[in-house]
Amino acid sequence: MQTNERLYVGRPTRRVEGKLKVTGAAPYSAEQGQEGLLFGVMVPATIAAGDISNIDTSAALAFPGVVDVFTHETKQNVAWWDRKWMDQTASPGHPFRPLHSERILYDGQPVAMVVAETFEAARDAASLIRVSYRESEHVTDIRTVLDESYDPPKKRSGIPAAPKPRGEPEAAYEAAPIKISADYWLETEYHNPMEMFATTVLWEDDEHLTIYDKTQGSQNSRDYVCSVFGLKTENVRVDNAFVGGAFGAGLRPRHQLFMAVMASLKLKRSVRVEMTRRDMFYLSHRPSMLQTISLACDATGKLQSVIHHAVAGTSRYEDYQEVVVNWSGLAYACENAKLTYELTQVDTATPGDMRAPGSASGNVALESAMDELAYAAGIDPLELRIINFAPYDQNDDKEFTSKALHACYRQGAAQFGWEKRNAEPGSMQEGNELIGWGMATGFWDAQLQNAAAKARLSSDGHLIVSAAASDIGTGTYTMMAQVAADEFHMAIEDVTVKLGDSTLPQTAVQGGSWTAASTGGAVQAACLAVIATLLKQAQAIKNSPLKDAKADEVTVRDGRLVLIINDQTGVAVADIMAAAGVSFVEEEGKIGPSKLQMLKYISYTHSAVFVEVRVDKDLRIPRVTRIVSAIAAGKIINPKAARSQILGGVVMGMGMALHEEGMFDHRSGRLMNHNLAEYHVPAHADVENIEVIFVEEHDDLASPLGVKGLGEIGLVGVGAAIGNAIYHATGTRVRELPITVDKLL
Amino acid sequence: MSYDPDTQSQLCPTTLHINGVRHDLEIEPWTTLLDLLRGPLALTGTKKGCDHGQCGACTVLIDGMRYNSCLLLAVSQDGAEITTIEGLSTGDQLHPMQEAFIEHDAFQCGYCTPGQICSAVGLLNEGHAHSREDVRELMSGNICRCGAYVNIADAVEDVMGQQTHAVAAQ
Repeated sequence: MQTNERLYVGRPTRRVEGKLKVTGAAPYSAEQGQEGLLFGVMVPATIAAGDISNIDTSAALAFPGVVDVFTHETKQNVAWWDRKWMDQTASPGHPFRPLHSERILYDGQPVAMVVAETFEAARDAASLIRVSYRESEHVTDIRTVLDESYDPPKKRSGIPAAPKPRGEPEAAYEAAPIKISADYWLETEYHNPMEMFATTVLWEDDEHLTIYDKTQGSQNSRDYVCSVFGLKTENVRVDNAFVGGAFGAGLRPRHQLFMAVMASLKLKRSVRVEMTRRDMFYLSHRPSMLQTISLACDATGKLQSVIHHAVAGTSRYEDYQEVVVNWSGLAYACENAKLTYELTQVDTATPGDMRAPGSASGNVALESAMDELAYAAGIDPLELRIINFAPYDQNDDKEFTSKALHACYRQGAAQFGWEKRNAEPGSMQEGNELIGWGMATGFWDAQLQNAAAKARLSSDGHLIVSAAASDIGTGTYTMMAQVAADEFHMAIEDVTVKLGDSTLPQTAVQGGSWTAASTGGAVQAACLAVIATLLKQAQAIKNSPLKDAKADEVTVRDGRLVLIINDQTGVAVADIMAAAGVSFVEEEGKIGPSKLQMLKYISYTHSAVFVEVRVDKDLRIPRVTRIVSAIAAGKIINPKAARSQILGGVVMGMGMALHEEGMFDHRSGRLMNHNLAEYHVPAHADVENIEVIFVEEHDDLASPLGVKGLGEIGLVGVGAAIGNAIYHATGTRVRELPITVDKLL
Repeated sequence: MSYDPDTQSQLCPTTLHINGVRHDLEIEPWTTLLDLLRGPLALTGTKKGCDHGQCGACTVLIDGMRYNSCLLLAVSQDGAEITTIEGLSTGDQLHPMQEAFIEHDAFQCGYCTPGQICSAVGLLNEGHAHSREDVRELMSGNICRCGAYVNIADAVEDVMGQQTHAVAAQ
């Protein structure tokens, strides 16, 4: 009898931590350690550039309940070299050091922190701090410094530079019969996870700290704290078992972590620092960007030239880099391509990775331009993409491990009813509404990171799997439980998953859509290692029925180690452990990318996004009434949570397209809408019908589990598809996101 | 009122009934209901997402109606019956709305979830929602950045349907 079928992987499974979340029992970082805590509240700078000329903390210090006030004048016992401040995901430059000097680098920079016995006292006292500044010239609008753009001299680790030009892109563009060229603008966007950034430091002594931190990498935070404050790795434990969203904002240690540790070490007390919603607008952002894109095709729609240039804003102190233009060289087949990416500096905080970093931005230009080209060529926008399907990656001259994009196009279009589309803009109407249908393709890379995990099977049949990886809402707890339960053919209720603890086996930060593949693969490897050890122990038993079996010929089922081809032959796990004199077997599993395979293959996830918008004829208010997102992302471990991942990406894409923008007063260099009332994110009323399709995609090469990852791909393509639908409804091509009503009037 | 020498403030005697338990408290007048719940009372299921009444994460039920607890001073609620997320379930028995949120995967990170659930329970108590469109409109004070809106609407509709059936059966 075959006994290696999978009961959980691939089947919709309720979140294993669901009950904790719906009862309010899941503890987040600001909800740990109530007794004897001190509370820190930060004070933000109110100029964009310059110096602090004077800071008066006397009234705050005299406020009842205040313990201390920290400013740049406070002596800090911290590392000197920049490299000591660089975390795993830092960009080249000089990492920001809170309260380091009188220099102001951006509006909202923390200039002081009040620490008090109660949160209310700290908050009130923070309002009593008086700061005087000497202002310098500032720039916050990239439009005014486009002529200062530059190719970043130092490249960010893990971010491939733009590929070298291929063919003769300019000449081919000139010679082509059909061509378009346009500028696309993006404003800054802010992550705004619902949980505000917070750190609770439990002080044990001068060298031992337990830290509850809102982060996407407990080990990244631990290493940063140890490096900056000169502490030993084994003495600092960082816990992020529950993370209330992050979307990239938690990839770098944030300054509430620094502030809380600094205050804790100085005051020898446990300290909590929780940001305000306003503070969070000064952390990082998706950068503002100008993209110039030129596409040309022949009369049949075959692409002749792709020229894509991007200039993105960064800070004065770090060259933040993401992959923006490279996608345009691998999305469609084209012999002539020129892709360039530059930065220009403004007086803001350093931008950071925000869900589908780079790809979401670059895709807006490429996929809107493809729509423009389709109209110029008189070809259906979906048909144009099919005509130019790329069978291999021309940037790297590599084969795709899989690419079920045709299935996305076919199934997405069928579900949406694309064939009923009348191409003429403004041709589809109902009542007082113009109806528009648009589509786009999405791309994200499927990466495998080095990851480790442990599995521990007890003689009573309980299994614990553990890894430092985080679950930021992504469903990691549940996926790991599914993978582990299937390896032992046991009930998911008998599996405990431990994540979000820096003392657990090493994993990369949670980002880039790589956690399910990487940590999932490590969990599977750990489980298989446990089974291999059990087999050795079983074979040590006299007359073992498994004496000739090999590790890949056995599995565990119903608490017995059995032959896969015949589960009547086997030994009870409890008996094996009893014979071996142990009460549990624990093993570690590790996986990582194959360098050899990467020479020949590259792996991406793909999507086809179809959007219906309705625009009021008179008021021109757009609303998105229907989205179909068809996804090719390899094996789907948990269709239930996977669908939610895509829904969430689509909703954030709606925000990018229609709502979200940092509004600066460029004269003062200050962000004006640093709150959730004025920075609009999609709300219930904005979200109507979203349908998600996972197309079948078998991929043995992308990762051991066949998983490609889902965190980013749901967002990519949504912005362009909405813009294309609005063009189809109104005939107005808006090339500045977000597409607010003023741009349609 | 009494005087607290540590904070040089007046403490106001306030009685709150929270999840069926009477609390006789001495509260500083500037303490919000949210900070009281999350701090001294250690009821951290109620979340702080903005502290400005803009996100709904702090939603609790007061006499069955939904409120942003960050916008209420605790002393102003003297005598009130307050239900937080911790008070919706009975022992291991989840409230139907909590059960529906799990079944429909109506959350991801879980941080806005207690507020969404309390708001949804309050919404059904109000009796104004009769359709999915109503649910979407009347739940718009609760932001979910993970974007679980479709699933939240499914969960609320599900429970709304159960209630309608229960009424019809009577």
